[in-house]
Amino acid sequence: MEIVKPLLQFLAAALLAPLLPGVINRVKAFFAGRKGRPLLQLYYDLAKLLRKTPVYSRTTTWVFRAGPLLGAAALVTALALLPFAGRPSFLSFDGDFIFLLYLLGLARFATVLAALDTGSAFEGMGASREMQFAVFAEPAFFMGLASLARVTGQTSLAGMFGALTGGTWSTAAPVLALLTASFFLVLLAENSRVPADDPDTHLELTMIHEVMVLDHSGPDLAYILYGAALKLWLFAALIGSTVLPRHSGSWAGDSALFLLMMFGLAAAVGVVESVIARLRLTKVPYMLITAFAFSALALIFQMGR
Amino acid sequence: MLLVLLSLALLLAGSALALLLARNPGRAQDAGAYYAVAASLAGLVPAVRVLLTGETETLALPWSVPLGSLSFNLDPLAAFFLVPVFLLTGLAAVYGADYLKGYAGKKPLGLAWAAFNVLTAAMVLVLTAANAVLFMVGWELMAAASFLLVLFEHEREQSRRAAFLYISAGGVGALLLLAAFALLGRSSASLDFALFSAPAGAAASAVFLLGLFGFGLKAGFVPLHVWLPEAHPAAPSQVSAVMSGVMIKTGIYGLIRLLGFLPVWEEWWGWTLLAAGAASCLIGALFSLAQHELKRVLAYSSIENIGIIVMALGLGVVASINGSPVMAGLAFAGALLHVLNHSLFKGLLFMGAGAVLHGAGTAELEALGGLGKRMPRTAAFFLAGAASACALPPFNGFAGEFLIYLGAFKALGQPGPAGLAGVIAGLSLAAAGALAAAAFSRAAGTAFLGEPRTEMAARAHEAGPLMLFSMGALALLCLLSGLAGPFLLLPVGTASAAAFGLPPALAAAASAAQPLAGVAAGFLVLLAMIAFGAVKRKVFLRGKTPAQGLTWDCGYAAPTARMQYGASSFAQPLTDFFQPVLRKIGQYPVITEYFPARASFSREAQAVFYNSVYRPVAVRIRDLAYRFSWIQHGRLQLYILYIVVTLILLLLWKL
Repeated sequence: MEIVKPLLQFLAAALLAPLLPGVINRVKAFFAGRKGRPLLQLYYDLAKLLRKTPVYSRTTTWVFRAGPLLGAAALVTALALLPFAGRPSFLSFDGDFIFLLYLLGLARFATVLAALDTGSAFEGMGASREMQFAVFAEPAFFMGLASLARVTGQTSLAGMFGALTGGTWSTAAPVLALLTASFFLVLLAENSRVPADDPDTHLELTMIHEVMVLDHSGPDLAYILYGAALKLWLFAALIGSTVLPRHSGSWAGDSALFLLMMFGLAAAVGVVESVIARLRLTKVPYMLITAFAFSALALIFQMGR
Repeated sequence: MLLVLLSLALLLAGSALALLLARNPGRAQDAGAYYAVAASLAGLVPAVRVLLTGETETLALPWSVPLGSLSFNLDPLAAFFLVPVFLLTGLAAVYGADYLKGYAGKKPLGLAWAAFNVLTAAMVLVLTAANAVLFMVGWELMAAASFLLVLFEHEREQSRRAAFLYISAGGVGALLLLAAFALLGRSSASLDFALFSAPAGAAASAVFLLGLFGFGLKAGFVPLHVWLPEAHPAAPSQVSAVMSGVMIKTGIYGLIRLLGFLPVWEEWWGWTLLAAGAASCLIGALFSLAQHELKRVLAYSSIENIGIIVMALGLGVVASINGSPVMAGLAFAGALLHVLNHSLFKGLLFMGAGAVLHGAGTAELEALGGLGKRMPRTAAFFLAGAASACALPPFNGFAGEFLIYLGAFKALGQPGPAGLAGVIAGLSLAAAGALAAAAFSRAAGTAFLGEPRTEMAARAHEAGPLMLFSMGALALLCLLSGLAGPFLLLPVGTASAAAFGLPPALAAAASAAQPLAGVAAGFLVLLAMIAFGAVKRKVFLRGKTPAQGLTWDCGYAAPTARMQYGASSFAQPLTDFFQPVLRKIGQYPVITEYFPARASFSREAQAVFYNSVYRPVAVRIRDLAYRFSWIQHGRLQLYILYIVVTLILLLLWKL
């Protein structure tokens, strides 16, 4: 049973991840007073795209075709590292979060190169912005993980989230609160959500992530959409495990609570998107620097304790 | 050890033959390349053997130079640096045999090959010398041979300037090293490395500082890097690969040896190394993003990677002084592993840049584009190298940085200075990593992807078979050494033990074994996922013929290459943000009419450090030197008088 559980967790995450964008959209529809898309829309989209025949630009090479594949593979591998409800996944080792960070980097690198392969001005623009924001997001994310490592005295994801308990919240509440805020800002920016980017925008000039994948179609686009859902799941899970340390010994109970937390986070993203306007592009670095400041403060608090 | 001598002999014979056959460029090429390859094969055997067994091999030959001894020492540390030297010079020679063909008749190829082989021999000598005099002989030989190679295209003013800057930096560095060795020799009454006993107190710090600047001028970390981005791109590409891949590592080797000579470390040494390394990796990555020429991008990336290595050494020193031997061991092991990995991927990248230069006739990013279609193999190999340089899984660049990160995070849990050092090191690594990813996606993207921006790029041709062989071999090594991380721990551990003492190195190797195995498992999972996704994609696409079309450009149906995002535009958001550091100069068009017809735009990256730090100092020194120019009047008789007077004074002093 102990071998089966991590695999079950992995499968649950892999299968449920496309539900998160659905939840966000339902919340946004609720706020806008619209009927909105079905909750399972992304599943329908994926099924449809996988059956379609792609169109390729004559400019592109194998790099363009490999991009979505590499991105999705990197994110699935990252998912295999991710603890589920504070319990280790089947791939867990000392320093695994560094590996996770660089898997996200690989996904970004592959997407950016695929975008540049189209020779389009717009996709180049998106690629440039994506890389720019990464320069600010990565140190913020790193600092957050560093303070988490410092709080728990552990250097693996499973160790960090396993050592985090309700008791930690009562002793180091400011640290964890700052961390959560910082991770949430990074989540918004990395997953191209409002206020960093607008996934529903219709003007190529203002897009960031969406513009990089304009030329992809068919199964390639399905890979990209699925990868994006996984990425959202990944960041949400990091926040979820910080906010909601496990307390009961029951695997089923903890898992159910964790899943609830994930959907709650998706709903929170939906609320943010509904009530906040998008930032000007030039202001996005400031938002990420704020995230960095939060996690740096968290680390300073923790080191001073 | 005898095989190392054999390889030295082969290299020298190769140089002599290349010079003798200089009249016939083809045969000079063959002689140079064959002997270089044979020498590297002969040299790899003892180097690998010493690394696996951990046993030091020594050899002393009679030599009548005062204070010197012709003694060689091949310990695991030297062997660890020798392996990439032999690997890369061998492959560079194979590559060069193709690459230099186009220069036959235009350039003295015999001299170039002789210098190349002497450069290799000098590096071997530096790494195996067991005596300071012998070491300095190798050191200066290395500088002289590479100086000649930097001057390969001496008709270009830029090359001559680069070579002058390079030889000046080398000269200053050598002087500092002479002083360091003199101090060490004074306290131990011998110039044999084995007999060095460290001076105490302030003298030890003086030795450290002299060595730091002396070796730092070779390694090229900030602020001693100004010559590097000028000199490395000027040399022929396979020599750039050797210079950036392994030659600058002799500076790192020297630093590590120096730390070995000084058994009692001061904490501020560690902080100095850490600060220089952190500054170097951030500034190197940032400037590599702002360069417009492919080889200059790579040269700045070398500064970044040297910075990572030096930073890890600093972290190790701080951690070990603050009672965290395991963290220190992890940092040292990470530094060593990165030495190996960087030489593989940087060698590959410079060869790729050379292939671009060879195939398209230019390496200016704004003139390239679309090379992926015209030189598909080079593009694939270059992308593999770029992914390694960004430390992306599943390539090798990740493994070394991972160990440094791990050391940083382990240090983080410690109270006091070790924790702070860990934060600085980890943060610099993360920020530099993101900048490097931007720099390399920009360089690879503008050169190889999209549409060609000029006729030259449109007519580019694939590299020759030998060039492809070398690049392919290095790309494969980048992948394999990434997967083989856990197995590389043994040689890294023995080398680190030879350099820094046994127990911490072994403890670090033991504590790194499990995480590195995890990383390797992660790499395998990643590769499996890629394979799975690829197979699935095949299944989804079965029976379908993908349509061909235009790139979507907002509905515009006649895109041209000029509409593409260029290298400057790609970097602009970041270079603008960091303008206070980068100080790019250029001008934007100012639109004053309603229907502007023409506009021009220029943007140029500056050598900020050279312009704002070194040039003012150099001007001062030159002005000062002019006051003494009356000594240099060009009259031979008086020069002879100087010599005689000096000799008499020396004689009187000795009496």
